[in-house]
Amino acid sequence: MDDFVRLKYDIDGENFTSAGEASTMVKRNLRQMGFSPETIRKVSVAMYEGEINMVIHAKGGVATVDVYDDKIVIVLADEGPGIPDVALAMQAGYSTAPENIRSLGFGAGMGLPNMKKYTDEMKIDTVVGQGTTVTMTVYV
Amino acid sequence: MGEKDKNTVGNDNINTYGEVINHSVTLDISKCKGCTNCIKRCPTEAIRVRDNHAQIENARCIDCGECIRTCPYKAKKAIYDKFEDFENYKYKIALPAPALYGQFEELTDMDYLLTALVECGFDEVFEVARAAEIASEYTRKFLEENGPESFPRPVISSACPVVVRLIAIRYPLLREQVLPVFAPIEIAARIAKKEALEKHPELSPEDICVLFISPCPAKVSYVKSPLGTSRSAVDGALSISDFFFKLRSKINAIKEPYVDSKSGIIGISWASTGGEARALFNDKYLAADGIENVIKVLDEIDNSNIRNVDFVELNACSGGCVGGVLNIENPYIAKARLQTLRRYLPVSMNRDNTSNISYDWDEEISYDSVSKLSNDRHEAMRKMREIEEISAKLPQIDCGSCGAPTCRALAEDIVKGKAKMENCVIVMRNKLVEFFRNHNEIDPDELGLENIFGDASDKSKE
Repeated sequence: MDDFVRLKYDIDGENFTSAGEASTMVKRNLRQMGFSPETIRKVSVAMYEGEINMVIHAKGGVATVDVYDDKIVIVLADEGPGIPDVALAMQAGYSTAPENIRSLGFGAGMGLPNMKKYTDEMKIDTVVGQGTTVTMTVYV
Repeated sequence: MGEKDKNTVGNDNINTYGEVINHSVTLDISKCKGCTNCIKRCPTEAIRVRDNHAQIENARCIDCGECIRTCPYKAKKAIYDKFEDFENYKYKIALPAPALYGQFEELTDMDYLLTALVECGFDEVFEVARAAEIASEYTRKFLEENGPESFPRPVISSACPVVVRLIAIRYPLLREQVLPVFAPIEIAARIAKKEALEKHPELSPEDICVLFISPCPAKVSYVKSPLGTSRSAVDGALSISDFFFKLRSKINAIKEPYVDSKSGIIGISWASTGGEARALFNDKYLAADGIENVIKVLDEIDNSNIRNVDFVELNACSGGCVGGVLNIENPYIAKARLQTLRRYLPVSMNRDNTSNISYDWDEEISYDSVSKLSNDRHEAMRKMREIEEISAKLPQIDCGSCGAPTCRALAEDIVKGKAKMENCVIVMRNKLVEFFRNHNEIDPDELGLENIFGDASDKSKE
């Protein structure tokens, strides 16, 4: 079915305080389309974590959210350093975030695990030195 | 509703559940100039300027009073009850808000103020500050008995009705974190009524009226449309500003006060930000005030981003209740006075010993999705697509000239059939330029029409 709404956001990589703005906008739009609070929470947490990741590791990127009546597909694409060992990165508590980031309370190593936990499907396409694309699907 | 007149609009409306919500915040059309100050300040985008004056969408209004604060023409105002409306009641009880104590420069002893209330015609006074101390004790007990495993943290205070209404329309999942305990105003009214009936067996409940003296329109609305219960024990809400001069002249005339204050430091401290949270004797709290800061904190909680905090106190007004728009005094001056007034008081003078009054909410807060575009998902998605498309054609300067607070809000209004593309001054200007070009009579450059918003005009021609 091609009946969907596409929402697109540029994630600014320079600015920590604005991280989360895209997920707040998505939240508002999903509310307007009448999705349940539970679905909205799943999408917004997964997206928020993804946004933070892109800011910490990849100097930002692009978030595309395709909203269908039965599913929501979130694609987070960046041109960052890529993930050398995806299995390791998926482990809870594993983080490569630098110390200055950790001192802000980020970099707990829960980003990717949370994104997996809150979504029904998650796919990571990554090439070291070129970038990462995370595709997450939440079924309604 | 004494202040209501034919120029006043936006007084009641129906929410998505078909319940009538009574609002205190209203507009006096005759004074409104149709400027954009209020639409830009409204935290829920509830106001539009149409037909040259503001209109409040009542389902979205949370009675925060920001528009009253910001209106340069005093066209936004709060409707509240008048003492005279309650003349027929045999027994009138005043519930002074803690913020009231901070309004009087010459007041050194709260007994004078409470005596002045009786001199104004009340039969009894019950300080809301007393109920606040009971609420504090009850909240401490609640947090102790309901650990993080049975009640999610942080627990969010339910004392400010603006915050609870905001959660009801925008943060459905946070409803389960809201403290399901009555605000001090409700506890005070329930205890006061019970005590009055015990003290005066000759009275029946219909003879008694309990009147809150309010620092803000939100509490006035609360009385008509309560939270956590279907019917409030408060019968009416007067305004501090309305009662101020009468009270001040009475205070000055009192030689020997005869009503004793029974509030301690904790109760008085609820008037300003942090007072409620500090009374929990647990330093894992966060206290924020001002509606924009409240929204930021709620967003953080909603993103599960606030950890290691047990309790969150949120006040819609800067400074807390002393910052409410129905006060007379500057909030920071009022706060300083309260510090002096409470100096030699005991920490707390009230304990929960009224065994058969319940302080627990008997009704849940329902999610009122005021922003939903349609009840039909496909229809809502179609509208969202249109909003995105229209939004991309608007200049994104959020100037407010169209009467909507942002370009995005205008796009929504257009899709809802409540506005036209041409309401946008930039779109309109571009149409004019095009018209002049096509008719070759006037050079738009000579009129200075070009290059005002170069980028925007390019965008809207796409």
